[in-house]
This record gives sequence, structure tokens and C-alpha cells, in this order.
Amino acid sequence: MTQKVLKLAGLCFLFVFLGALTFSALAREITIHYLTVQQENEGWPKIIKALTEEYAAQNPNIKWKYEYVPQLDLMQRVQLLAAADSLPLLFNYESGAPLFELIKANKVLELESTFKNLGIYEELNPGIVGVLKRLVNDTGLYALPLEMNIEGFWYNKKLFANHGLSEPQTWDELAEIAEKLHQAGIQPFAVSGIQKWPITRLINGYVIRKYGTDVMSRVIKGELKVNDAGFVEAARWIYEWGHKDYFGPGVNTLDYGPAQDLFLQGKAAIYYMGSWALRDFNNPEINKIGIENIGFFNVPLVPGGVGTLEEWNVNAGLTTSIAHAKFAENPEAIGNWMKYVFSHYGDRAMKELGLITGFRVKEMPEEVPVLTKMVLEKLATVKGGAFWFEALFDARTTSVAWDNAQLLAIGTMTPEEYLGELQKAIDEQKAK
Amino acid sequence: MSLLESGDHAMERILRDWKYVFFFVAPALILYSALLLVPIFWSMGYSLFDGFPISGFRFMGFGNYLRAWKDQDFLRSFWFSAKYALVVTPGQIGLGFLLSLLYFLVLKRASRLSVLIRTLVFFPVVLPTVAVAQMFVKLFEITPQYGLVNAILDVLGLDGWIRPFLGRGDTAFWVAASMNIWTAMGFYAVLLYSGLLDIPQELIESARLDGASGWNLVRLIITPLLRPLFITSTIFSLNGTLKVFDQILALTGGGPGKSTTPLTLYMYRTAFHYNQYGYGSTIAVILTIECLLVTGILSFFRQKTE
Repeated sequence: MTQKVLKLAGLCFLFVFLGALTFSALAREITIHYLTVQQENEGWPKIIKALTEEYAAQNPNIKWKYEYVPQLDLMQRVQLLAAADSLPLLFNYESGAPLFELIKANKVLELESTFKNLGIYEELNPGIVGVLKRLVNDTGLYALPLEMNIEGFWYNKKLFANHGLSEPQTWDELAEIAEKLHQAGIQPFAVSGIQKWPITRLINGYVIRKYGTDVMSRVIKGELKVNDAGFVEAARWIYEWGHKDYFGPGVNTLDYGPAQDLFLQGKAAIYYMGSWALRDFNNPEINKIGIENIGFFNVPLVPGGVGTLEEWNVNAGLTTSIAHAKFAENPEAIGNWMKYVFSHYGDRAMKELGLITGFRVKEMPEEVPVLTKMVLEKLATVKGGAFWFEALFDARTTSVAWDNAQLLAIGTMTPEEYLGELQKAIDEQKAK
Repeated sequence: MSLLESGDHAMERILRDWKYVFFFVAPALILYSALLLVPIFWSMGYSLFDGFPISGFRFMGFGNYLRAWKDQDFLRSFWFSAKYALVVTPGQIGLGFLLSLLYFLVLKRASRLSVLIRTLVFFPVVLPTVAVAQMFVKLFEITPQYGLVNAILDVLGLDGWIRPFLGRGDTAFWVAASMNIWTAMGFYAVLLYSGLLDIPQELIESARLDGASGWNLVRLIITPLLRPLFITSTIFSLNGTLKVFDQILALTGGGPGKSTTPLTLYMYRTAFHYNQYGYGSTIAVILTIECLLVTGILSFFRQKTE
């Protein structure tokens, strides 16, 4: 009988011991869970995964978990997870007004102080950090600049040379170039109307030259209205260019890929886009006009404007944030992981993907594609960064800006109507 | 008392006892409530609030309902849905009826040709919506190359008619309407054809002997006999067209601008893109009431007919 009791007690002890071991192992296990719109074998997840696995080789308690979410579902998904306090450690989310909502609810980790505490703050590019902070009303840095883009007009050098055209310095020169190309039977601009934002980027380009890079911040603060004369001038250009068919027939039926194809197949001469397009420009399967035939110029100056050619539209694409609650569960271990990953991120992304990021590149690879090199040179000269048009708009105002831009570009809505409706939406946003 | 009778009595006794009734009905009732009634009442509740999960909710009574009547986008979408239903429903049922007459009066019922035509006409009903929409996008394409429609216009020398059909609100409406009519007319053709088969052949023959033929036969004999089925079809069709969503989303995305945005798409965007769960629910409730009203009115007519 005593033996039985002893055996039972021994078994119980063994179970408790094993259970405690498992529990402590589970407690120490840290999952780097990344909810992202990119595939695991491309872009940011690819680099972060590779660096995490390297780090995990020395720290077996670190586990990698990847989760894909279609971009269309991202906002809703993150909001529901945030409401349930179940955000993964890393997640994509739009900088600007949407991220600001999460910040107010204390769901996102402030990265400036975290990076400073970890001693890796100097890894970040101060220019893009400034842009990301301004996007959330200077409340702090809440998004990682896993990529860094510069936007401007890409052009077909050969088509320009054939027609004796050179890079425009002023908006009027740009309009003249467009007219000459149009007269020569060449579509001046490749614009994706289905995406909508490529249309508003043109308006944005004009107004940042007219009023300066902080123009949209001033609009949101109420210091400036979008039906001001400079905005009307900007919208009128788009309206008139649409009327003259400069965007080609069926601009609103053209998606991102086909619009880019028009440019990369030599059917359109000018293409406003961010430097993320370099991925495709550097791909000879897609780029039929050749890298050597692609030039790049900044948004030209406008009459009476205060903007300069050293100011660029700079952004970090769709950013990644860190969940405050998940970080707080294990700040030391996650901090160490962050230190390793983000000290190497800039170099690794440049080496493996030729990706320009907001992280320092300590060793520039020997063979950098020519266009990537050119963009890096331009970025080095940036003296001021502007937002994109809708950066500070909430979702409804963004939708007004985007949807009506389609009507503006085909001339079924006048510039005054477009800007009037937009100002109304901005007023409603501010009244909330 | 026979065994059968005693069995009937036992069953009657059981069915009079609400406990047994509840036992039989409960599983279906619970499932139905969980999947349909709870979300409806939940939505009704949401419609009295403003906000979204992160920022929290704020009670605002009927404020969302008042807002809807002043919201230009809501009114535009409401009008689009109404216009769409008014065009598509008669189109679906009208063409469906003509096709059913073709099956019934012209084609021989069991002939191979009849089966082939009926299969072909019904085929779009089973095709995935997105595939049909993509096909229409290609048909009406203008750039980077002409789709079939613009290519035909080009060949015929009708250059003035070549246009971005889906890139302009007025033409996009007609493309969307045609697509929906084309997709669904086969279904209504089969539905009405089954009604035609129920009409006694002697009745048709005697009407013919009395001199009714062609248009008169259809107008005076067939149409009145099919009236209940027409009303049922209209209820089906209107509920489908008023709630159209996926076809438009895949074809135009509601654009250009908001020119082809039905109420359902506006509701979806309001709730899930603009994060206005309360206002989105309000639009859903209004849409439900609209569908109930339409169905109620048509059911009233059907009862009157019967």
C-alpha cells in the first residue's frame, strides 16, 4: 500500500515537474509575429525573417511567425485585433490619420525612445523620421521606415531626345512638353485612374510647389483651404490635361500595372511614381525601354510658388508598427531582437533587394543598379520632405479626394466642384 | 381503434404539447436566430451609435438616420440602386419571358437544339460573378488595346462611338445593367418556362381553335395565367438588384467617382473603410426596410391575384 502511494506521489511529482518545465519553456518563447500585406519571400518580411532566423540560431526562444493579409482587408483586420487587444508584435498599418487613432488608444510602441534606449537610434535616417513624426502630429515615431521612397516624374529619355525636349524646370515647361508630345501622337502621361491616387499626386505636386511642403498640414490645421486659388490652379491643370486627352483614353479603366506598362513599353512618355517602381524598372522582363532610357525629374516650379527643387515628396510606403502590449510582455528579449534586426536591416535590404530604406547602409554593395544609385544620390540632396495629398485625411475624406479625382480627370467635374466637395469633407473631418 | 388511428392521436398529442414542439423546432430556430436574427438586431443596435472598436462607441439616438437624408453620397447611392433595379428587373424578367416563350412555342421540348439553347442561356447563372465581370471589363476595354466592342466599332468605322465604356459613369451604368440582365435572364427563363409547362395543353389548343394566335395568345391566355409567377420572379429579381454588390464591385468598383455605387457598396465602405460602423449599420437597416417594403407590396398584389 505504502509502495503504491509512493509510486503515485512520484508520478504526480514527475507530471508537475514536466509541466513546470514546459510552462517555463513556453513562457520564455517569444514569437515574432508579423502581420503584413507582402509575401513572405519578398520585401520587408523576407529581410526581417532572414535576420530573425539568424538571431534565433543564437537565441532559440525566438520564433518567427508570418501572417499574410490582403491590403484591402488590412485596416479592418488591424482595428479588430486592436479592439480585442490581440495585435501581433509587428503589423502593417497606414501612417497618418489611421495610425494616429491607434496611438491615441495606446496600442503602438513609440520607437524614438525605444531605439534610443537600445542604442540604435543612429541607424535611422533623420529625414524620414521627421516625415513619419509629422504624419502623426509630432507625437513621436510610431512606424518603422522599412522602405524609403522618393516620388517624381520618370520620363522616357529617347522620346524626349527624339522631340528635342529636356527636363522641365517649371510647370509651364512641363505643360509645353506634354503638348508637344501630344501633337506628335505620343501619350504624354501614363496615369492609373483605377488606383485614383496617381491623379491626386499631380495636384499635390503643384500645391507643394505653390505653398511649400507643409501645405497639407496647414490645410488640416485650418490655416489654408483647398478651394484657395493655388489649389484651383492645380486642379485646373488636371482637368484641362484630361480634356486634352494627355492621360490617354480610358484613364479611369487603367490599373497600376497596365499604366506602368504604357510607360515601360514606350507608349507614354512621362510617369509620376515613387521609387518603389525601381523594382519593376530594374526588371528587363517588364522594362522594355531599358534602364538607360529612363530619366527622373522633380516636380517643376510653379509661378509665384514658394517651393524649391530640393524639396521632394518623400515617404516610407506602407509602414510597419510594433504593438505596445506585445513589446511590454517581454521588453528585454524583444529589445535585444530589435537591436540585432534593425542594426542589420538597411544593409541587408540594400544587398538582397536593392531596396532603399530609412535605415543606415553601412556597406554599400559594389553593384547597385544605376537607377537605384541615382535615387540614392537624389535622396542625399533632399532638403525638405512633403507628404502625399491624403496623408492627413481620414478614410472618408481620402475617398472624396480619390473618387472625385477620377471625375476631374475626365472633365465631368470642374476644379471648383472637386475642391468644394473636398473642403466640405475636410471640414466634416475636423468637426469630429 | 386501428393502430394507425392510435398513432395519429399520439402524434397529435405530441404536437399539442409545446415542450415537444420546442424540442423539434429549437435546433433550427437557434441556428436561424444566431445566423440571421441576431446580426439584424445587432445592426439595428449599432445604427443608434457612432464610432468604431478602437475609439469606442457613442450613443446618438436616431442621429444616423437623420444624417442619411442629408448625405449626398447616400442619396446618390439610393438613387443608383433604385434606377438599377428599375432597369435590370424588367430586363431580366422581360427577356427571361421571351426566352421561355421561345422554348415553349418555337422550340420542340425534347429536341437537342432546345436543350442546347436552354443550357447555353442558363450557363451564365452558374458562372462565378468575378469571372463574368472580368469578361465584361475585357469586352468593353479601350486601353491598352480595344476590347471586342470597341474593336467592332473600329472595324465598322464608327470611330465616334469608340469610348471608355467603363471609364464614364453614364455608359458604365448600362454596361453593369446589361451584364446583370445577361447573367440572370436564363434563370428567369427556366422559372417561367416551368410555369408555361403547367398550363394545360388543351387550353392553348382551344384558344388557338378560337382564333387566338401569336401576340393575342400570349397577351390574353399565357400572361394572365403566369401572373403569380411573374410576381414571384419580380420579388426575387428586385431583392437581387436592390442588393447588388459583387457584380458592381468586380466590374467598376463603384466608379468612376461614385457614379456606379449602389447602396450595398456604400454601406460596406462606410462601415469597413470609413470605420463608421454605426452609420454603416443605419444604411443596412434602411436597405432592409426598403427590401421588406418592396416585397410586402408585391406580396399584397400576389394575394390579391390569387
